[in-house]
Amino acid sequence: MRPQTMVEKILSRNVGRQVEFGEIVVAKPDLVYAHDGTAPLAIKVMRDAPEIYRVLDPGRVVFVVDHASPPPTVAAASVHREMRLFAKEFGVRLIDVGEGICHQVIPELGLVKPGDVVVGADSHTTTLGALASFATGVGSTDTAIAMALGKVWLRVPEAVKVVVTGELPVGVMGKDLALHIVGTVGADGMTYRAMEFWGDGLKHLSMDSRMTICNMGVEAGAKVALMPTDEVALNWFEGVGLHGVGRVVPDEGAEYVDTLEFELGRLEPVVAAPPSVDNVVPVSEVVGVEVDQVFIGSCTNGRYEDFLTAAKVFRGRRVREGVRCVAIPASRRVFTRLLRDGVVEVLVRAGCVVAHSTCGPCIGAHLGLLASGEVAVSTSNRNFVGRMGHEGSRVYLASPATAAASAVEGRVADPRKYLS
Amino acid sequence: MLVRGRAWKLGDNVSTDHIISGKYKFKAIHSLEEMLPYLLAEVRPGFYREVRPGDVIVAGRNFGCGSSREHAPRLIKLAGVGAVIARSFARIFYRNSINIGLPVVEVRELPGITADGDLIEVDLEGGVVRNLTKGFEEAFRGYPREILEIVREGGIIEYVRRHGDLPWGGGTG
Ligand code: SF4
Repeated sequence: MRPQTMVEKILSRNVGRQVEFGEIVVAKPDLVYAHDGTAPLAIKVMRDAPEIYRVLDPGRVVFVVDHASPPPTVAAASVHREMRLFAKEFGVRLIDVGEGICHQVIPELGLVKPGDVVVGADSHTTTLGALASFATGVGSTDTAIAMALGKVWLRVPEAVKVVVTGELPVGVMGKDLALHIVGTVGADGMTYRAMEFWGDGLKHLSMDSRMTICNMGVEAGAKVALMPTDEVALNWFEGVGLHGVGRVVPDEGAEYVDTLEFELGRLEPVVAAPPSVDNVVPVSEVVGVEVDQVFIGSCTNGRYEDFLTAAKVFRGRRVREGVRCVAIPASRRVFTRLLRDGVVEVLVRAGCVVAHSTCGPCIGAHLGLLASGEVAVSTSNRNFVGRMGHEGSRVYLASPATAAASAVEGRVADPRKYLS
Repeated sequence: MLVRGRAWKLGDNVSTDHIISGKYKFKAIHSLEEMLPYLLAEVRPGFYREVRPGDVIVAGRNFGCGSSREHAPRLIKLAGVGAVIARSFARIFYRNSINIGLPVVEVRELPGITADGDLIEVDLEGGVVRNLTKGFEEAFRGYPREILEIVREGGIIEYVRRHGDLPWGGGTG
């Protein structure tokens, strides 16, 4: 058999025959998930079509209430209720208010393993590629079909080999690599393609960092972003109670349409300056831009390592007067670990507003929207016009280290001086 | 399937946030009709009022990037838009559009020469788009047969209701 990419391996196994790039296959997802931004429309689609008002295998479906959670509006409360009723009717698991953002809480619960095909009704489902699953974002109609028929149509994507070597310098995080990649290839540089990560640099990247990097794959347009299963991953799976999972790795000699190389040691802190995610520049070029709000959280950077790093910057320092700094762990489990290890106390003492888990500010839903003319540094993944509030606000995307340093100075700041 | 209408010209990287902003989506999340006034609100104010059935959005690169929200293509269809032509599409928007029966067509040249209000024609079966105002015509790679059937039947739900399954036969697993 010819050497295969990870994508080919996973999809071939799923459909039971050798698949080819470019063909359309019908796969059987191992997991389907949706949240309060997308599940309501999937439910509506099913209600409007009685023939598909059913859930084929409730054990493979998960709903998460995470986007506007707890509900800041009556409209949000109503859709949450609708999700609960639907979940109850069909025996679907619903992860409720405060438990976490879908892309964090689902892997933490051990619901995904290497080789799985996962469809999530959210573009950042690519996050789970860090677990060596073929995890891709779909819409509500796809979700409805996947729930009712247990099937999804997929075009087998060509894959790009992304080789990372070396080790990140102090003060430079996985997010900086993620932004650097998007800045290098552009917001549509990976459209319709899979990214597959290779290289000896991976062993230095934690699972938290890997999830950040795969999360942002979609910001370059990628369909999936996969990391091979290695010791770091196997340890992580043990930690979430999944024992003896198999490995998925690409074959030497597998065919890629392109190869990119990144030397981690040469990276520096970067930001994506408004108004687009591929407008990536070194922090040094925008140092001094005044900041009104800092947000540390989201499915991109709401994990343990992110707050631990932020806390290193905040320890013994204060959020600058006039700046609001909102810190939101991506799951209850992350929150609990941060509490246990004293990280939350550091954040609160520094003047951060620490909130329960929700997407909240990332999508302009609640807990810190921006007024016209305001500037935010955010660890989330999108800085589109109006994303976090008024269309006249501006968002710089950055790592948690850069975000924390910017909160301390009240202007965009290079975090390295606080971390070396 | 022939679509004919006036062009609405948009630029590169129009995201689903631009099409329907998350903050409005959550304000009116229970109803697509209530979201409609916010369609492209920060890009083309008044779009939803002025658009006429059959009109065509003509955009640049990476149309529909960002969030997977299917509300974006649904609202575009609900507003009466007959097709979206772009230099390229973000993949989730592209598949969502097919799934709901909104024709989406990728071509290289036509967006560059099209102005607002030009008369546009999309011939899905024939695989050609025309700017009738400018007397310009461009071929595009047609959909695979199954995709064309989905779009022609008004979307994948309608297809499944009628045929009981997806259009790809047993050979695809
Ligand atoms: S944190 Fe932001 S990007 Fe992530 S799932 Fe929530 S809204 Fe989407």
